[in-house]
Amino acid sequence: MSEEKKLFKVKIDNITVEVEPGTTILNAARQIGGEVVPPAMCYYSKLQGSGGKCRTCLVKVSKGSDADPRPMPKLVASCRTTVMDGMEVANITSPEVLDARKGVVEFLLLNHPLDCPICDQAGECDLQNLSYEHGADATRYEFKRRTFDKIDIGDKIQLHMTRCILCYRCVFTADQLTNKREHGILGRGDVSEISTYIHKNLDNDFIGNVIDVCPVGALTDKTFRFKNRVWFLKPVDAHCKCDKCSGKVALWMRGNEVFRVTARKDKYGEVEEFICDTCRFDRKDVKDWVIEGPRNIDRHSVISQGHYVGVQQPKETFKAVMDGRDPKLLMDIHAVSEVNRPDVDLSKIEGPAHSNDFDKKQ
Amino acid sequence: MAQFSEEKLQKVNEIIARYPQGKQKSALIPVLHLAQEQFDGWLSAETMDYVASLLQLTSIEVYEVATFYSMFNLKPVGKYIFEVCHTGPCMLNGSDNIVDYIKNKLGISVGETTPDGMFTLKTVECLGACGYAPMMQLGKFYREHLTPAKVDAIIDECRKAQGN
Amino acid sequence: MGRKLLLDKAHIEGIRYYKTYRENGGYAAAEKVFKTMKPDEVTEEVKKSGLRGRGGAGFPTGLKWSFLAKPEGVPRYLVCNADESEPGTFKDRYLMEFLPHLLIEGLLISSYALGANTTYIYIRGEYAWIPDILEEAIRDAKAAGWLGKNIQGSGFDLEIYVQRGAGAYICGEETALLESLEGKRGTPRIKPPFPAVKGLYQCPTVVNNVETLATVVPIINIGGEEYAKYGTGKSTGTKLISACGNINKPGVYEIEMNISVEEFIYSEEYCGGIPNGKRLKACIPGGSSVPIVPANLLLTTAKGEKRMMTYESLSDGGFQTGTMMGSGGFIVLDEDQCVVRHTLTLARFYHHESCGQCSPCREGTGWMEKVLKNIENGKGKMSDIDLLWDIQRRIEGNTICPLGDAAAWPVAAAIRHFRDEFEWHVNNPSEALTRNFGLAHYADPLPVPAPAAV
Repeated sequence: MSEEKKLFKVKIDNITVEVEPGTTILNAARQIGGEVVPPAMCYYSKLQGSGGKCRTCLVKVSKGSDADPRPMPKLVASCRTTVMDGMEVANITSPEVLDARKGVVEFLLLNHPLDCPICDQAGECDLQNLSYEHGADATRYEFKRRTFDKIDIGDKIQLHMTRCILCYRCVFTADQLTNKREHGILGRGDVSEISTYIHKNLDNDFIGNVIDVCPVGALTDKTFRFKNRVWFLKPVDAHCKCDKCSGKVALWMRGNEVFRVTARKDKYGEVEEFICDTCRFDRKDVKDWVIEGPRNIDRHSVISQGHYVGVQQPKETFKAVMDGRDPKLLMDIHAVSEVNRPDVDLSKIEGPAHSNDFDKKQ
Repeated sequence: MAQFSEEKLQKVNEIIARYPQGKQKSALIPVLHLAQEQFDGWLSAETMDYVASLLQLTSIEVYEVATFYSMFNLKPVGKYIFEVCHTGPCMLNGSDNIVDYIKNKLGISVGETTPDGMFTLKTVECLGACGYAPMMQLGKFYREHLTPAKVDAIIDECRKAQGN
Repeated sequence: MGRKLLLDKAHIEGIRYYKTYRENGGYAAAEKVFKTMKPDEVTEEVKKSGLRGRGGAGFPTGLKWSFLAKPEGVPRYLVCNADESEPGTFKDRYLMEFLPHLLIEGLLISSYALGANTTYIYIRGEYAWIPDILEEAIRDAKAAGWLGKNIQGSGFDLEIYVQRGAGAYICGEETALLESLEGKRGTPRIKPPFPAVKGLYQCPTVVNNVETLATVVPIINIGGEEYAKYGTGKSTGTKLISACGNINKPGVYEIEMNISVEEFIYSEEYCGGIPNGKRLKACIPGGSSVPIVPANLLLTTAKGEKRMMTYESLSDGGFQTGTMMGSGGFIVLDEDQCVVRHTLTLARFYHHESCGQCSPCREGTGWMEKVLKNIENGKGKMSDIDLLWDIQRRIEGNTICPLGDAAAWPVAAAIRHFRDEFEWHVNNPSEALTRNFGLAHYADPLPVPAPAAV
């Protein structure tokens, strides 16, 4: 018997890749990288049993294998379907897949509150990204969106059930990382919810990881809540000596202040190593950490704004953007706008300023 | 503290013995049925915690299951629950009229219990008695080919059973 | 009178009990198996019979059995799916209530064929009184030496247990059923692996419907080849049909699959026609999830042939003009019924029964119900009809389990065939609250395309 493992040849969107038997289509696509990688909202390579539920990673198998070339009758979840030798898969080259994916995004957003302006996940939200890439620009849903009774699951983790897409990742996390799971999926159908049933604090050395695995803003860090926008913070790699976890984290800083601590995430939004709650919630002093350097953030992410690397700033102005006029680099805003009134001295107004105070007739 | 009778505990052990060693979780649904029977027709958190301890499960495992299945009541219910089917085939045979009749007769809406705690009215989805429509489940049994007169008789029957 | 194989003795007083069942030829098939047949020979007979799964999908039973993995030292299981919950279907209940020993005998033979020493009957929780009947039958069969250790000196052991569900249609899906049997939430598993490889407790498992397993008894009694002579073509044997809705004689009928739909509805032997002289408007012949068809397409196919009560004839024309045998839940709508309202109750059913695991079904089923409710209550817009079509289209085929398809098909078929009734609801909102659209043209003979000139 040969020791050498035979690799399977798979073609995804006409790009061939050789992978080990047992690899899923999604992971084969990740080996190719780029646009052919299907989006995944529920699959998480580090959580056993995850995947298959959100249906965003559906792809078309146009040829089953060399041995059995028949196409699969339905679109399949690429995260849970393993490749066969000679398989041919269509992702972005299949209009059928793109249409189904558009449908899935619409379903996921159907009852989502779209409260991004007040959501701490905004800027690093998988659902935001997914909707931006694959969603429609308006909803066709004309009914009241689903709401839930709010429950408190402790002083470290905030649960916003209305934002949840029921990916089950947090349940797998609690099952696989902690010794006793205290929360789960309750109820059935579209009223299923993440809950503890009777109010309980989630309290465990590793339970904070549910925040990192949550693809949306359903589970957020209470110690960071409303403190800052992620794109105003600078993520840096740091480590510490920790007896519970590897101590390898990302610090989210502004100046010398540590706003939050998370695990380090790869380009698919998955953590590289899970971290413990002490690192996450209790080590908020920069002195606790050895800083390694800035984290690489995808150039397209909003978090990269203002931190452009290798970008050339234009030295000249472009006339075209102002209908051929010379742009004024320094401009007195009051010369072109009557909205503001520099003549009104705010310090002379008693109490808070009121719109009457800016009335022109005065 | 909720506690099964000796007889029920023996039944629990009998049920557990149906499954391979270590698979006692399989007994969860049958044992929840027993618990609901014993503890006033519904499952309180305390009852579910007790079931969890009997089967060596965590509480959340029990909550997850109990909230999934529609036959488990998670809030107190009346002594008699009228579960009227209103899916397609029953609808074709006038189940909506039966529901309205019961509503008027008992003065409650669907999902409510009469003030005396006797009757709860529920509408349910297909119970597999489509040929004998309209129908409802009352306790363990089905009441089929319902008419207003039959509903009256059933209500009287329940009241009498409580009266003696 | 049509020939019967399952219900031929149903009329005998006391057939529910062991003694009477045995005296009337019961357990003869089991006797034959233990005396003369090897397990593989039983499977071979079932294959020869052409028996197709009676739960709805119609997959060949013998083939399913032959897929069962048989690794050394790992137990195998047979699970009887008695979670009968498809609206319009109540045949398994009838079998279990009145002929429990027929099922037990079928389970015994099938377990022997598959090499399963433990067999579970998973029955829907609402059938709360039936486990008592089954357990009594199991006790009596055991006392007579048909269950337990070393059955009839064959060296084969078998225990049968009854497990009650607790109210979840989804547990009729075989992997959801196995999850539920393991004491978990009834959410379908993601396949592969299939139960034949990793089923109950991760062991190889076959899940079959009650009627399917009961049918194994007559197959052994008369032989697979003889059984295959009943019926028509690939629709071999007899089938239990649960007839309900607007008919004179609702109930469970055993039909040989060689009669026409028209005969089934109008003959005195079966449904006995439609009450009060009303006319037939529409029918769902195979349980709520199969497509509804108007009267004209029900009785004749688009090709102008008589539609028969067979798997092939019912699905003739595909979803464009045909429907399906499904689980045999035969729902008849007369001219006074409103298709919109009926579709709404089915949409509500699937919304209620969606397990919530995958997004298209979880979100889409509720959405369809809400849109349908608006149309039914006079608040619909013309665009809602297209919207409904689009929602169902994006659920179908994109979900983990067939519940998504089952929810999508009734809505799709209702719009496909009854679009003018939907439009009438939108255009006449106040009238639609007080009266129904009626029969309209749904029973008019359809033009039959002339045969193509060769």
